[in-house]
Parts: sequence; C-alpha cells; structure tokens
Amino acid sequence: MQRFYPAIRKGEGAFSTSDNMLPKCFVNIDDYSREDIFRILESAAKFKQRPNRDLLEGKVCATLFFEPSTRTRLSFETAVNRLRGRIIGFSDAATSSSTKGESLKDTIMMVSNYADLIIMRHHLEGSARYASEISPVPIVNAGDGSNQHPTQTMLDLFTIYETQGTLENLTVTVVGDLKYGRAVHSLIQGLSHFSPTFNFVAPEELRIPDKYKAFCDQKKIAYNEFTDFSPESINSADILYMTRVQKERFTDLMEYEKVKNIYVLHNDMLEKTKDNLKVMHPLPRVKEISQDVDDNPKAYYFQQARNGMYTRQAVICDLMGIIVD
Amino acid sequence: MRKELQVAALENGTAIDHIPTEAVFKVVSLLQLQKLDHRITIGNNLKSSKMGKKGIIKVSDKFFREDEINRIALVAPNVNLNIIRNFEVVEKKKVVLPDEIIEIVKCNNPKCITNNEPMKTRFHVVDKEMVELQCHYCELKIRKEEIELM
Repeated sequence: MQRFYPAIRKGEGAFSTSDNMLPKCFVNIDDYSREDIFRILESAAKFKQRPNRDLLEGKVCATLFFEPSTRTRLSFETAVNRLRGRIIGFSDAATSSSTKGESLKDTIMMVSNYADLIIMRHHLEGSARYASEISPVPIVNAGDGSNQHPTQTMLDLFTIYETQGTLENLTVTVVGDLKYGRAVHSLIQGLSHFSPTFNFVAPEELRIPDKYKAFCDQKKIAYNEFTDFSPESINSADILYMTRVQKERFTDLMEYEKVKNIYVLHNDMLEKTKDNLKVMHPLPRVKEISQDVDDNPKAYYFQQARNGMYTRQAVICDLMGIIVD
Repeated sequence: MRKELQVAALENGTAIDHIPTEAVFKVVSLLQLQKLDHRITIGNNLKSSKMGKKGIIKVSDKFFREDEINRIALVAPNVNLNIIRNFEVVEKKKVVLPDEIIEIVKCNNPKCITNNEPMKTRFHVVDKEMVELQCHYCELKIRKEEIELM
C-alpha cells in the first residue's frame, strides 16, 4: 500500500525517544504529538485495507465499562475480535465489584492480573489518568465523564485525513452544543497541530467556552463565532462537524424552543458547499441532521463511525508495541 | 518613642509576617501547626503600615523545609519569612509557589476521581502570578479565590 503519511524521523515525537519507550496509555489526545497522531493514522489506514489480522493472538483485552456505552464498547470489542484477541470485562458497573464498594484502584489491579490491556469508560473525570498511573498494563481511555474521549478524536482525525488528503489548513465548522460537547473540545485540541480555521456555530447558551477560545489564541488558530447556522459558515467549510443540541442542557426552555430547529442540517443547505466538504457527526444523531442528507455523498458520519474500529485497532496495537505491516 | 512589639519577640525560630488577615488560619492549617508542640504565637488584625491590618505567626525553635513553607504561597504569596537566631533575623525569605501541589488542595469538581477514590490530589500550577491551579486528573482549573484546602 502506498504510504500517504509523512515519514516519522527518528527522534521526533514523544514516542520515538532514544530508548524507544512506547507510551503505556492513551488517556488524553494532548498526550500525542503531531508525529504520534500520524503514526496512528498510518496504522489505521492499513487496518482499513485489511482489518482481519492475527496480531492479538494469545492476548486478552479487558473492556471495563463502569458507565454503559454500547456504541463505543462494540467498536472496541470488534477491533479486538478482528485482531484475534480475547475479551473479558463488563458493560455495566452494576455487574462489577464497584457496587460492593471496591475502589477503582483495586478493580484495575485485579483485572491487570488477567488482561494485557485495559479499555475503560468511567463516569468520573480523571479516572483514566489515575488508572494509567497505577496499572501495570496499558490503559485506553474510552471516555471519562465529560473530560476526554481520545479515540473519538483520533477517529475524527483519521476521517478528516482520509477525506481531505491532509490535516493542514482546513476550515472546520462545528455546530451545536459547543459548551458541553466533549468531542468538539478534543477535536480542537487534536487539530491544533495543523493550523485549522474554526467556525463555531452555537446558540448563546451553548457557546464555545472561553478557555477553548483562549487555547485557540495561544496556538494562533483562527476562529469565527456564529449564533445562526448561516450559509457563510457552511459554504466556507471543508468539514462540517454536527453535534446534538440537547434539551436538558438549557436552563431556559424557552431558549431551547427558539433554537431547536435552527441547528438542523437539511440536504438543500449543502447545495453551494465545497466539493470536498464532508459532513461528520460523533453519533448518535437525533434530529440535527435531516434524514434527507444521508444519501448525499457529502454525508460521511456512518463511514466515520466505521473508521472508529480501524483507529482503535491502531491505538491498541500501538500501545502494545505491535508493528503493523 | 519606644516602639512596642505587637507580638512577643522570638529567640530562635521562624516568624511569618505580613499575612493577609483572612489567610492566617489557612497558613496554620497548611503548616499543620496544630500538630506541633513548639511554642506558637499567632497574632491577627494587627496594625500594619503596608497592609492596614495583618497577621503574624511566630514558631519557636522550628525551621521549616522549603517545600513546607512554600505551601503558604497558595493563600498568602507575599508574606515575609524571617529566620531568627538569638533574637536576630539571620535570613529573610520569600515564599515561592511550587510547580505542583500534592495532597493539600481539594478539587472543586465533585465528579473528579480524587473526590471519589482514596488517593492524593495533584495540581499543576498553571499561573504562578495569579495563583491558578489545574487538576492533574479531571483538568479543572481553579482560581486562587476558589482554592479549598483539604
């Protein structure tokens, strides 16, 4: 297969140090440098070409989902299954010893006796970072409360690269709940290495928090803010990243009623968009993308979800020091 | 005119001067003075030409380690620290906020792992001048006025 990512030179990036120490864990997208990201994307592209491999033969991966998440868990478990790894774990904290009062530390220490790698989702923020500091085996953060979900960001970056042929200098319009949207916050961090321009489109109550604007300023990233979902913000975009505007996020329900139909993408709104535009969404979608968009070739959210599996295969192999040919 | 000392003189030990009045008992707590059997004098709401009112803490025969004393910077970054031997000030120090704060500050995020697991808290000092901390675990940023001690 043609190598379409820049080659990583020896000595670059946090993971290509002289002693060749691999990272033990993937907790936060910020832990990964630009070179690390490219290394993962390169592997993910290989898995997309050929997802079924024997790379985890004889290995056991644990999926500890203290908080239920069917979609993410299935993606991770399929990734492991397609690599011939075995899976242990639980999909609901009710079936784990945490309901008996067991500490996270004890659960991690116990499971690490059995598994070669732990994939965990937990409702408490910082839980994955803590687990990474105590676990003798690699930890993959599959979401810690509203804090981080780094494999979502990695699959978003893979999808952007795949569809645009580059990560550099793209205009990314993000729409919806920019205040609480974890996927959006991490995407801003993940793309920060690549000189993007952001259009932030959100109702007043769900505007992008100041700390992310300060982050953009610090990284010299250009951004525009919109409170209306205007043709200007859509037609200038290379990527249109839609998110859900959830009723429960509003303190003023009148405000929700006013905006609930504004941040909905319809097919006719894509008429004057760039040829290379792709519409992305972390899913699940509710009403923010009309069904009539699904057949438009610019709709890419289902392929994006599928890319999650390849990206997770790449992350798991990377953490276990497995070279992907 | 004879200058009258507001707090008794110290023969040997540490005098912490110019403590903001609202921070005096936080300093007591940060230095764990309640656990010491040394002679301790605490003065508060004393007259100060610089501050209007101030607090002073004098601890006899006690010389704190740097990492102990630097904790004070969390609540009172501008205190004067005087090391006293034989009634003379032999050394004046300023407190310096460390890069990392472990086990002293509570995270204000109830959903942070540190508030739900028997473990030490850990904060990175992201702004030494404004005293802004960031939780190592949940990444919440805490401003000086929001700091809650353990």
